[in-house]
Amino acid sequence: MNTVTITPISTFRTDDPYPFCPGCGHGPILDRLNEAMIKMDLDPAKVVIVSDIGCSGLSDQYFITSAFHGLHGRSITYATGIKLANPDLDVVVIMGDGGTGIGGTHLISAARRNIGITVIVMNNLNFGMTGGQHSTTTPEGGVTSTTPLGNLEHPLDICATVGVNGAAYVYRGSSFDKDLADRIVAGMQKPGFALLDVWDLCTAYYVRSNKFTRAGMEDSMRSWGMEPGLLYDRVTSEYATGYRAAHEGIVGTPTMSARPIPVEFEATLNHPMSLVVAGSAGGKIRSASRLIALGGIRSGLWAAQRDDYPVTVKSGHSVSELWLAPEEMPLTAVTQPDVLAIISDDGYGKAGPYLSAMTANDLVLTIPDYADLETDAQVVVIDPKSAEKRIPKTSMGLVYLAAALAMTGPYPLDALRVAAAAGSFSEVNLEAVETGIALATRR
Amino acid sequence: MIQGLPSLQHMTTNIEAPRREYVDGATAIVRGAIDAGCTFFAGYPITPASGILMAMMRELPKVGGIAMQGEDEIASIGMCLGATMTGARSMTATSGPGISLYSENIGVAVMGEVPLVIVDVQRLGPATGGATTVAQGDVQFVRWGTAGGYPVIVLAPSSVPESYALTVKAFELAERFRCPVFLLTDKEIAMTLSAVDVDHYPEAALPARVEKDSGLPYSWEPADAVEPMRHYGYGDAFRFTGSTHDEGGYITKNPAKVGALNEHLIAKIEDHRDEIEMVDLDLEAGAHTLVLSYGVTAGSARAAVRQLRSEGVAVSGAVVQSLWPIPETALGVAFDGIDRIVVPELNMGLYRREIDRIAGDRQVVGVNRIDGRLITVDEIVEVVR
Repeated sequence: MNTVTITPISTFRTDDPYPFCPGCGHGPILDRLNEAMIKMDLDPAKVVIVSDIGCSGLSDQYFITSAFHGLHGRSITYATGIKLANPDLDVVVIMGDGGTGIGGTHLISAARRNIGITVIVMNNLNFGMTGGQHSTTTPEGGVTSTTPLGNLEHPLDICATVGVNGAAYVYRGSSFDKDLADRIVAGMQKPGFALLDVWDLCTAYYVRSNKFTRAGMEDSMRSWGMEPGLLYDRVTSEYATGYRAAHEGIVGTPTMSARPIPVEFEATLNHPMSLVVAGSAGGKIRSASRLIALGGIRSGLWAAQRDDYPVTVKSGHSVSELWLAPEEMPLTAVTQPDVLAIISDDGYGKAGPYLSAMTANDLVLTIPDYADLETDAQVVVIDPKSAEKRIPKTSMGLVYLAAALAMTGPYPLDALRVAAAAGSFSEVNLEAVETGIALATRR
Repeated sequence: MIQGLPSLQHMTTNIEAPRREYVDGATAIVRGAIDAGCTFFAGYPITPASGILMAMMRELPKVGGIAMQGEDEIASIGMCLGATMTGARSMTATSGPGISLYSENIGVAVMGEVPLVIVDVQRLGPATGGATTVAQGDVQFVRWGTAGGYPVIVLAPSSVPESYALTVKAFELAERFRCPVFLLTDKEIAMTLSAVDVDHYPEAALPARVEKDSGLPYSWEPADAVEPMRHYGYGDAFRFTGSTHDEGGYITKNPAKVGALNEHLIAKIEDHRDEIEMVDLDLEAGAHTLVLSYGVTAGSARAAVRQLRSEGVAVSGAVVQSLWPIPETALGVAFDGIDRIVVPELNMGLYRREIDRIAGDRQVVGVNRIDGRLITVDEIVEVVR
């Protein structure tokens, strides 16, 4: 009988020595990460170490796991994508206090989301690789190459920031912590977002400029109100798993696909026709234009509508240019509309160029306010007050366009009725269509 | 001869009862992405690209994919890069301001050879410019928008069916060349509703990505060869970096390695332009003037060509669908016998300068607008006449 002995991996490190300065805490922190992965008996092919820029960004090259080395401060975003795509992977982010600062919004969002990644911040209180500049965690008064007279900014409390924003596991300690490997294991095994803020000494810069020592560092943590230890330990659900669970019920349901609109009517239109409705945002102008187009398509016509509106949602103008045509046509702007409907002050404000281009064969439908407008086109005033029932503001566009159709007859009015009946808000829309037709016929 | 996509504007339908729907370009992009096998999307709300984000959030989970609203544009493209390296087929969508924030990570996609489709729904710039206002101001920006100047691929649809077809094509090219591919559209093409013959959408069936489960993640021998991808969690461990690297993904300053990598990033695209070039040529014998357009401006350009011919004016048309690399071979065919090229664009001549560069002695004339209005048919007709 053959026996197979499975030997746990004895190290996740490559044979290469670390490139860090003598006395730097980065190497010891990485050694604790190595121990943590050994303790967890992980498969290096199922671990991704994600790093970014600075001395901490050199770390991933010294491990036999997979690695993603990306842009400064963006490691959390890559790690999030990796974990979302494959929740079975162990994803560890190694970043510095520099990356924490530049990518601060990612830190907060990852905590809020509780994406199941473990972030180890190698926090040495300054930028070690680029010349000892101050970072978001440099203490007040700290002397760096960019704060030669002492830092005037308050240091970022990384742990508090992610802690109050929902992170599942938050630990603060230092590269000297004897139990750091166990803390890393706990973080990696915790469902949800885990962060370890691990302070260490930058012997090249911060230590030299500030007479900073191990004892000083540990005292400072407390005196600055940044207590070490396990600070948050919450039960939460992990995002990538939670996303899958939340969407499980819709997997396999049909996606939006092309659904042909039935053609049941015959259009009389034998040339391209343009209709412009000029009104106010919030007045369902685009929906009205769309219904006219759908009626045309139900009559075998081609249609296209180009809408214009400001960034505001329910204020300002809303103008819709609609083409109906017997043949397919490329998308172009309407310069000289066959029909222009002016239904509000905002709409009139946008009507000028159309009005001046229109000629005697063209038709303007307007509310009574603009009965005297200047144009060569025929002007027909439609008074909404003459309708049997009060016309809601949100039906004005459809009322005037239905009137325009009734007066110009590009396709059967029944096609518009069917289109209105088939869509949402059918009752209101059908009433608007009939009101428009009645106003046009009564005229 | 190099063929563009079938000119949907010139197609005639022989279907007795027309089968038409009424949709916008954004919908076509979302359908194209799903049909191309997109499994990951991340984006951040921005007019006029938000329609794509919202539809992807709703639709992608239905096919087992994942759609995320990132905390910003940088996070969105970062998530796409991570997901792609873990086996996903990814897309993101934004507008000019968002492309600015993508810039650095576009470089990571180029350097790390990450297939990624980036939709730019152009709006008027500079800066926040006009959120609901059409423009074509990003045509050079997407090409040169990250450090180093290395090639990317840029496709530009001019209609709803092209929005679908070119989205599928963008995925195909991103996979083929392991690079970011831009789908450069605009507010009007993305948001204008049009009647579309549902039988005009091409079939989309992209093969699964070729991946390998071991070995070095990169190879550039020969320089134009594209290595199958490695994915996290599939096979052995491997390395990825956005820094200059060797075949193993280890950072290097060795000039031979550095040169080989960078030449590869260029050669894999430049040596295969024939696989990318797409121009819808509408050439007329005896024409001396060519109207060359792309994107939304192609609408007026096609209509102008049609109108001029109806007046007896001989004129040719070309709608460029693959903006970058410049489709020089296809355009060379279009330039034959032409002595004047009219280039309408919603910028002050950003693509015209490229045409000028390859036009030889031909006169190159612009028709330009930067006021948010579309170029009209008459404006082009006047210049051609």
